[in-house]
Amino acid sequence: MYQEAKYLPVGDRALLVEFGTIVSMSINQKVHALDNAISHLKVLGVEECVPTYRSLLVYYDPGRTSYGQLVFTLKDLERRLGDFLVRTKRKVVQIPVVYGGEYGIDLEFVARHHNLDEEKVIQLHSGREYLVYMVGFVAGFPYLGEVANEIATPRLKSPRLRVPAGSVAIAEKQTGVYPCECPGGWRIIGRTPLKFFDATKHPPALIQPGETVKFIPIGEEEFERLCRGVQDENL
Amino acid sequence: MKICRVVTPGFFSTVQDLGRYGYQRFGVPVSGAMDTYALTAANLLVGNKREDACLEMTLLGPRLEFLKETLISITGAALSPVIGGAPVCCWQTLQVGEGDVLSFGAPQSGCRAYLAVRGGIDVPMVMGSRSTYVRGGFGGFQGRKMKTGDVIEAHTPRNATKSGRFMPKEFIPRYSRAWTIDVVLGPQSHYLTDSGLDDFFSSFFTVAAESDRMGYRLDGARVAQKSSLKIVSDAIPVGAIQVPPSGKPIVVMRDGQTTGGYPKVAMISTPDISRIGQAKSSDKIRFTKISLGKAQTKLLKYRRNLRDMKTQLIETKL
Repeated sequence: MYQEAKYLPVGDRALLVEFGTIVSMSINQKVHALDNAISHLKVLGVEECVPTYRSLLVYYDPGRTSYGQLVFTLKDLERRLGDFLVRTKRKVVQIPVVYGGEYGIDLEFVARHHNLDEEKVIQLHSGREYLVYMVGFVAGFPYLGEVANEIATPRLKSPRLRVPAGSVAIAEKQTGVYPCECPGGWRIIGRTPLKFFDATKHPPALIQPGETVKFIPIGEEEFERLCRGVQDENL
Repeated sequence: MKICRVVTPGFFSTVQDLGRYGYQRFGVPVSGAMDTYALTAANLLVGNKREDACLEMTLLGPRLEFLKETLISITGAALSPVIGGAPVCCWQTLQVGEGDVLSFGAPQSGCRAYLAVRGGIDVPMVMGSRSTYVRGGFGGFQGRKMKTGDVIEAHTPRNATKSGRFMPKEFIPRYSRAWTIDVVLGPQSHYLTDSGLDDFFSSFFTVAAESDRMGYRLDGARVAQKSSLKIVSDAIPVGAIQVPPSGKPIVVMRDGQTTGGYPKVAMISTPDISRIGQAKSSDKIRFTKISLGKAQTKLLKYRRNLRDMKTQLIETKL
């Protein structure tokens, strides 16, 4: 983590506030705190912020504020970041997951890779809360971390062309959920019946950057029942 | 109000407006017209609001049968438009009647043309925009490109008009096949070696065939990076030029991913993002470095020019 954040211009309409160079919970919490502070205080000229692992991209209108003025304002907020960290604490979002079998085709590999039984992998994966570091890759895909070292598993050498929507997966120390059917190289260990992205809802993503989530193991019957529930809701 | 029926959809035709802002934090790309300048012009020519939705047509235009008398305009790429067998002009208001057929011929210059219809294309607003994001399957016309048999609807115009408009010559861009594009250095420009940076600014790159609304791949010089450096994924704005390990730059365009882990070595100036929206495969691109101050002065001047456009249109009786 940098002692003080780095401020970098990103083209003619954005600036990057970089808090460090690595994936770390304390760096990421600063990102969300600054994001909160900016939206809470409605900083003049700011149009949109995109929080990611270690930096916040701030879009602004150079017709309403200057790069220098904005850096000055944000540096002032950075010194008071502690005030905004509290606001980042939100409720834990519970994500039901059916692990293994046809729903989690790589669970067996992950278990074998670490000399564990599948039950232990499930226990480790669902046994802790995860921070939503950022949402990206495809609309609604949450990057969550960090999983226990015992189940951190490398990506597939070549990505699958089709990963089913709702797939819960692991890549190194990260875990995430595929919101739609798309190509992907993460190890799939289960599936959730919840819809992670819905363009017609506000907000469109089920979970927000900076929130905390926990996976709850469920059985196949429960999964099917919840899937029907999600469908009914969308009728 | 039903306006026209798609007889053939063309190569890739989608409904677009100025884009979807405020949702990149959820992984939603901005989408919108690849050339927002031409889209704005098309709207103003038929008396629409700047942000109304138009049809973006790529290289090979569609064949459309009009179901109602209305005013239209076509701007952007010159794709040889024809109405009822007779060639028509771009960058001016055109009157069409019920049963008229608009079709397109050979692409002459540019890549994307915009069709505005009076009132603006009527599709549902999704997250504040009518733009299509095909990969996500939402926005625009049912979240997809147009296909045969689709019926395009328009909003009822707010007022009646019998006048048409011409775009003055100085507002009509020319599209060459060799582009000089202004950039400011990106947040990871220091990830290139000195010779890599030199190559980046001295080379002509070629737009590769694998180029679309997500981004352009550039062939040509391989831009050398300091090998030891890797970045943790962060946000990618439209217009970012990324250099992956292959050394072949990628220009991120309007449907591009919102996050990624390749170093962003340069950022295209906002007005030039619209210009490059007209670049097509095998076009040449060369990048010129400008300062942030110069880029922002250029952006504000571009916006003034777009504001002036409306008052400079030449009115004419139809």
